[in-house]
Amino acid sequence: MTRRVVLSAAGFVLACGVLAPYVVMLLTALKPDAELRTTPPRLLPLHWRPGNFLEVVTDPGFQDWLSVSLVVAAASTAIVVLAAAPAAYYTARHRFRGRTAFLFVVLVTQMFSPTALVVGLYREFFELDLVNTYAALILTNAAFNLAFAIWILRAFFASIPREVEEAAAVDGCGRLGALVRVVLPLSLPGLVTAVIFAFIAAWNEYIVALTLMTAPERKPLTVGITSYVTAYVQHWNHLFAASVIAIVPVVVLFALIERHLVGGLTAGSVK
Amino acid sequence: MRGRRWEALLWLGPSLALIAGVVFYPAVALVRASLGRYSITGVFQGFVGTENYTRLLEQPALPTVLANTAVWVAAVVGVTMVVSLGLAQLLNQAFPGRWLVRAALIVPWAASLIMTSKLFVWIYDYYFGALNHLLTSLGLLAQPVDWLGEDSTVMAAMIAVGIFVSLPFTTYVLLAGLAGIPGEVYEAARVDGASTWTAYRLVTLPLLKPALLVAVVLNIIYVFNSFPIVWTLNDRNPGFGHDTMITYMYKIAFKSALRDVGLAAALGVVNVALILVAVVVYLRTVRWEEAGA
Repeated sequence: MTRRVVLSAAGFVLACGVLAPYVVMLLTALKPDAELRTTPPRLLPLHWRPGNFLEVVTDPGFQDWLSVSLVVAAASTAIVVLAAAPAAYYTARHRFRGRTAFLFVVLVTQMFSPTALVVGLYREFFELDLVNTYAALILTNAAFNLAFAIWILRAFFASIPREVEEAAAVDGCGRLGALVRVVLPLSLPGLVTAVIFAFIAAWNEYIVALTLMTAPERKPLTVGITSYVTAYVQHWNHLFAASVIAIVPVVVLFALIERHLVGGLTAGSVK
Repeated sequence: MRGRRWEALLWLGPSLALIAGVVFYPAVALVRASLGRYSITGVFQGFVGTENYTRLLEQPALPTVLANTAVWVAAVVGVTMVVSLGLAQLLNQAFPGRWLVRAALIVPWAASLIMTSKLFVWIYDYYFGALNHLLTSLGLLAQPVDWLGEDSTVMAAMIAVGIFVSLPFTTYVLLAGLAGIPGEVYEAARVDGASTWTAYRLVTLPLLKPALLVAVVLNIIYVFNSFPIVWTLNDRNPGFGHDTMITYMYKIAFKSALRDVGLAAALGVVNVALILVAVVVYLRTVRWEEAGA
């Protein structure tokens, strides 16, 4: 009994420690401008100002960044799923020459964030005249989030017994029909995990967007909101209101796929 | 058989095209750029052989940057591993409210790193930041500290944030490792009269080794590659005194007056080579052919 109390207390302290910075974020987002610079600083606002959130969502700049983030994350996620699903299915079901080599290449790309390659990426898109285009950002996000999706989907496809699929094919579905009508629905949790992961990774991506998207109306949220606090203006409350709006949905989605994350990120090495 | 080959290409084609176009080609472009000279607007002006690499070695900032990178990676990964071992042990026990702690741990993992970094710039603020206020109120500090402005504290302040955002992933990997250890092993140890600490040292840690190795190597890669934290927290400071190899490369290429594509690309090639070494270590660690194929 005392053991459970001690553990709960330790857990509570830990949770508070982890959340404390984000509580500061939320409370700062609710302060009026005049209360940002008080000495000594106060944790709680004297005058609560939820209107900051309204100002942010009605700011045309914020609306631009939000729509860029949504378009880039949605399009790159769609490409990830369309490219990863067939590859994951084929490598789960068939042994063929080059299979090991393919999986090796996939694993290596997962280890490479675009960060180390950013100078090469910029050269490529500069030469193709694709700087400041959605296409460049969408393709980059899709390529670097592909590996996780292949890995997760492959595990789910492999867990579906061949017999289930063959029975469906015999029943007149055909092989593609069996894939679409039987295999995909059965691997829905894997599909959901891949979709959420790819979306969040693209939603949070920073360095490629910072490098490629220099036109103000082409910046996604991660790059755009930093203009709330510069050397000339310091709207910390607006910066954090925008951050809260960007973070909350992502945390909820992440919590939904938490069970499958470790397996996908450690590429089958930890069961 | 020939038909099968084409069939495989059809199913793997879209993935291969993406990897070739956006991972492989930029790597080639990076190597090529490291061998060329570019105008300040980015126009190619011809190949110069290994001149960029020689110039890289002559950069006065290089020793500092290398040392910073070593300290940054070693401190973040080392402390993250030790703290995560404790957190995983705690979260592996059943207690009321555990789901809440696990949920809280998701937040720094899911949140955008650039937003978390900006948040810490505010928390570390000399005049209005929560940290100085908290520490001076508790009597732990006599005077406020300019955490991100003093040369002696910038790196430690960045490392703390690096650890904060690395803990969730690491803890979850170790939790998965702990879940794979059967309970009977502990029963046996207890019957043999082992104390909790002895059982942990002699039973848990050896069985946790595969998960520990995976977490260490992946963290080394992630932390080495990390950009937003150092980029944001070190923003105020001129020069390259607190940069890592990644942010130094970025400044040379895109920010500083240098705008030197060739030099940045040479450093980029070195960075990629270092990551490749870590990837090879990782693949050895997980013996992926057995696990994956």
